[in-house]
Amino acid sequence: MKPYVDRFKIVPKLLSLLLMIVFLFIWHGATRQAAFNQTGLSADDLMLMEMNGDIIPDPETEGSYINNPEKQSTFPGPIKVWEKIIEEFSDPFHAKGTNDHGIGWLIIYTLTVFAIGFLLASIAGIVMGVCIGLSRTLFDVLNPFLQVLKPISPVAWMPLLLYTVQDGTAVSILVVFLAALWPTVANTAFGVNNIREDYIRVASLLQFGWVRKMFTVILPGAAPAIVSGLRISFGSALIAIVPAEMLLGELGVGYNIWMEWNNLDIAGVIFAILVFGVLGFALDSLLDRVAKGVSFAE
Amino acid sequence: MQNNNDHSNERDNRALAMRVDHAAKDFPVLTSNGSPTNETFCVFEDVNFDVHEGEFLSMIGHSGCGKSTLLNIMAGFDRPSRGGIVVDGKEVTAPGLDRMVVFQSFALMPWLTCFVNVRVAVRSAHPDWTKDQINAHTQKYIDMMGLTGAESKRPSMLSGGMRQRVGLARAFCVEPKVLLLDEPFAQIDALTRGVIQDELMRMWEVTNSTVFMVTHDVDEAILLSDRIALMSNGPNAKLAEIIEVNIPRPRTRQQMIDSPEYTRIRNHILHFLISHQMAAEPSGSEEGGSTEPPDEDAKSQQPSASAVV
Repeated sequence: MKPYVDRFKIVPKLLSLLLMIVFLFIWHGATRQAAFNQTGLSADDLMLMEMNGDIIPDPETEGSYINNPEKQSTFPGPIKVWEKIIEEFSDPFHAKGTNDHGIGWLIIYTLTVFAIGFLLASIAGIVMGVCIGLSRTLFDVLNPFLQVLKPISPVAWMPLLLYTVQDGTAVSILVVFLAALWPTVANTAFGVNNIREDYIRVASLLQFGWVRKMFTVILPGAAPAIVSGLRISFGSALIAIVPAEMLLGELGVGYNIWMEWNNLDIAGVIFAILVFGVLGFALDSLLDRVAKGVSFAE
Repeated sequence: MQNNNDHSNERDNRALAMRVDHAAKDFPVLTSNGSPTNETFCVFEDVNFDVHEGEFLSMIGHSGCGKSTLLNIMAGFDRPSRGGIVVDGKEVTAPGLDRMVVFQSFALMPWLTCFVNVRVAVRSAHPDWTKDQINAHTQKYIDMMGLTGAESKRPSMLSGGMRQRVGLARAFCVEPKVLLLDEPFAQIDALTRGVIQDELMRMWEVTNSTVFMVTHDVDEAILLSDRIALMSNGPNAKLAEIIEVNIPRPRTRQQMIDSPEYTRIRNHILHFLISHQMAAEPSGSEEGGSTEPPDEDAKSQQPSASAVV
């Protein structure tokens, strides 16, 4: 069975690669700017376009014009984006001013904010979830609040947070925290609540104390649900950090997207979006490893 | 009805391990959508019997007679509505290490290895022991149950028979006052069941334990038990009679089948069960709501006299 699976595991990967190549070709084809064709245009038209900066005189042929490479009128193609990637990564750690940080700094800043917020939310979420999952009364008391707080977009809190906390980085951390809190709370409570009655009975037979019951039965029993909660939290936190950084305009990859838009550097926007995709993918594979470590078969 | 007078003098002289004293359990009547009402119905009432030290006592009865409920009350998972259970001179109010349960569903922690599943029990029973003492004691019971070599495996990697061996090792290693077996072999295939019954019998003899077992299997009850308690049908189930199993020990399956005592007891129990089955059927749909006790295992089968393997 195993070698069979292994032999064909390569097929989907090859198909992914093929799909990627096809996509790049279509992208390239759709965004390629046609060579400038001046037939049918009067000298006045051409002069107007030259003054506008759309075209420049062809340095090789007298009296003819080509597209101005400085003024990209169409959507950037993959080659343009690739050039942008090379350019950004050739000097990732420069800091020439508040609005010109290297991508390396931006990634480190965003990751730090994300890690602090996500870690705090995970700890708080697991503790809250265990309490709610263990006590039916506490669940009944807190559930209405949770139901109201859960659907609020974490970005909606930003004015309040800015008003009270004021520090931009702290606000970003709190937005990540709020985005990552609820799924972990809900999943942990569900996991704790659904631990099989038999395991709890064994714990009571064996006279487990509070701490031993928590670490031998409850947390390991709820671990798969907790980790799936963490993964959902992780996704929503990664989604929330982008608008938070855009609005705050301090630093970070999310801020970079908006800055490139202000610069009308569409290739830069695409580059920053790609950075988020890759970051998310890398961090999620890390969580996947954790999930495999704590899962168990009944 | 109760044949308590049949006790042999020898057994009466043995110390009392557990007394079931006028135990009764009521459950709320459920409406058709499953929510409880204020009305109650009595699952069993006025159940009286003693379990003596070193004795193996089994209980047989149709589904719904409250056998498992009674066992849960003995374990301390549930409270009786009237009457009570006394173990070692104290009334049972909560679960404790003096009454270890072997579960039908094994109830092994799937995230722990077999060894650790047993070791957590040893650690609870002997909090003052060193790590080496705990490991040595655990290993002793692992070896006694024939689990040597499977110590580092997770329960999910083992067959049902092997899992219940871990369950038995976990219960025996605590050396409880009374062992409570809740249909321990119901989820194990018939061929393995015979082997593990023999192992239970051997463990019981070696450790000189006191056992109360709930079962559906008549042959299993006869093979293992000193006495067999028969419950009439619920609601309002009562302890109908307690049968002495006077087949000499050590018993083997072969010797048991040939014993006329075996045939006599088996026929007696089957007659009892069949007559109660017929008596039970007309009154089955008498009440509007369900009268099944809520915690009676849904998978419970009717008592059966499976072929002796």
